[in-house]
Amino acid sequence: MKLLIIAGPPSGGKTAVIRQVIKNLPEGSLPAFLKIDVVHATEDQELAEEFDIPVKKIYSGDICPDHMGILVLDDALRWAESLSRNILIIESAGLCLRCTPYTTYSLGIAVVSAISGTNSPLKMAPLLALADAAVVTKTDLVSQAEKEVFRESIRKVVPKIDIVETNAVQGTGLRYLMRRIADHPDIGPEQIKLRGAPPLGVCTVCIGKKEIGWKNHFGVIRPLDMPEPLYRGD
Amino acid sequence: MTKQFTLTVQSGKNRLGEQEGFETIEIRPGDTLAIVGPTGSGKSALINDIETLAQGDSITGRRVLINGQEPPESFVREPAFKPIALITQNTRCLADLSVEEFLLMHIRARKSGRGDLLEETMNLANTFTGEPISLKSRMSGLSGGQTRSLMIADALVISDTPILLLDEIENAGIFKDRVIQSLQRGNKAVILVTHDPYLALTADRRIVMRHGGVASVIESTGEEQQLIEDLALIEDRLHQIREKLRQGATFSSVSAKVLMAPARQSLQLNRV
Repeated sequence: MKLLIIAGPPSGGKTAVIRQVIKNLPEGSLPAFLKIDVVHATEDQELAEEFDIPVKKIYSGDICPDHMGILVLDDALRWAESLSRNILIIESAGLCLRCTPYTTYSLGIAVVSAISGTNSPLKMAPLLALADAAVVTKTDLVSQAEKEVFRESIRKVVPKIDIVETNAVQGTGLRYLMRRIADHPDIGPEQIKLRGAPPLGVCTVCIGKKEIGWKNHFGVIRPLDMPEPLYRGD
Repeated sequence: MTKQFTLTVQSGKNRLGEQEGFETIEIRPGDTLAIVGPTGSGKSALINDIETLAQGDSITGRRVLINGQEPPESFVREPAFKPIALITQNTRCLADLSVEEFLLMHIRARKSGRGDLLEETMNLANTFTGEPISLKSRMSGLSGGQTRSLMIADALVISDTPILLLDEIENAGIFKDRVIQSLQRGNKAVILVTHDPYLALTADRRIVMRHGGVASVIESTGEEQQLIEDLALIEDRLHQIREKLRQGATFSSVSAKVLMAPARQSLQLNRV
């Protein structure tokens, strides 16, 4: 089975890209789709209706969505396998964009919109740096020079990343991504692991404690005038 | 000019699913082609197909070849090798950059190490627009005419590609004739989407769009020469009226009659 992990900020065009990917998969491909989101998502239903494929959705609620993705990935692979699927597509709504959802054996695809500002690649640097390919969407809304400057801006973060530019609604230019997917090997025999280390731990804010002030919290904390976070607790 | 290319557009299908009204369109260095047709007829889609060197993967299914072959991937994906520059109506302009930063980043993408092109681009852009652009301006703060002038200068100096695509430059409030003159230098192939009769008629060929596809390709036969000359006079007159208006002139019914008289007739009047 192939594993595709598609990540990127909200409204960047992830689902539009996935739609094109499913539409253009080589013959014999049997995709399954998992959507990981925070509180609300409809993409699973839309894709199930459009392509008649098995879909699942999970809300991460108080936990960061990438964190949730890692927790459920193993189950998801087994689910797709039990349905004899040969490609699992995971869509993750990156939240703080510090964490990266890509794993070993997966094809990591970061989706960024061309109209998100020149500095956006820097703002989501880890999300791009650990991906295999960056898909730049909405290129029909900018001039060619702007597109090239945006590409340059991505290259500043990751000089060698494979960049694919597209108007994902129409699917222009996605032949390069489809080739990359076709060439990507199946999951190997070893344990799947995260590519990058996520930001430090979980603190009591993450589990829903509402008090403000570091004195009210445990885990990774940080007073205003301290340069580095520290760990407080057992 | 670096290399010369022949571009071949192979037909696809229009919005009704019908085959387009041509088999192939060959575009050679020095050619000028106009794309005409009503709003929504597929003009921008055609130049986007050319810009992305579509290989049957766009909505129209067209294929675009260079020198008769599928172009190498770098032609599409690497700005430094891309032989095409497109000036669109969409210039959303990456809001967080100054003109200088924007141009330097584009130089880095297209012609690394040629920082000297910055000044050349600015100087050319400022010949196209009446309102000077400064290096420190924010891209988002430029007017429509300034943005378009900058983008055209950028395409000519920084991209400096053998194939130029322009989407409705006449709408930008720029010095159109200076732009056209600059475009025609250097044996480039120029393809322009236009609603401007003068621009459309002076092109070597007109691509007529309908229902999202090419309906026909009209070769200029020379029979339209008289019309072109008439239009040039009208253009000239419009230009004069526009300039007077800009300076606050008012017009009487007599001056209106003179200004609006049919082209050839007024030419005779002038001779008398």
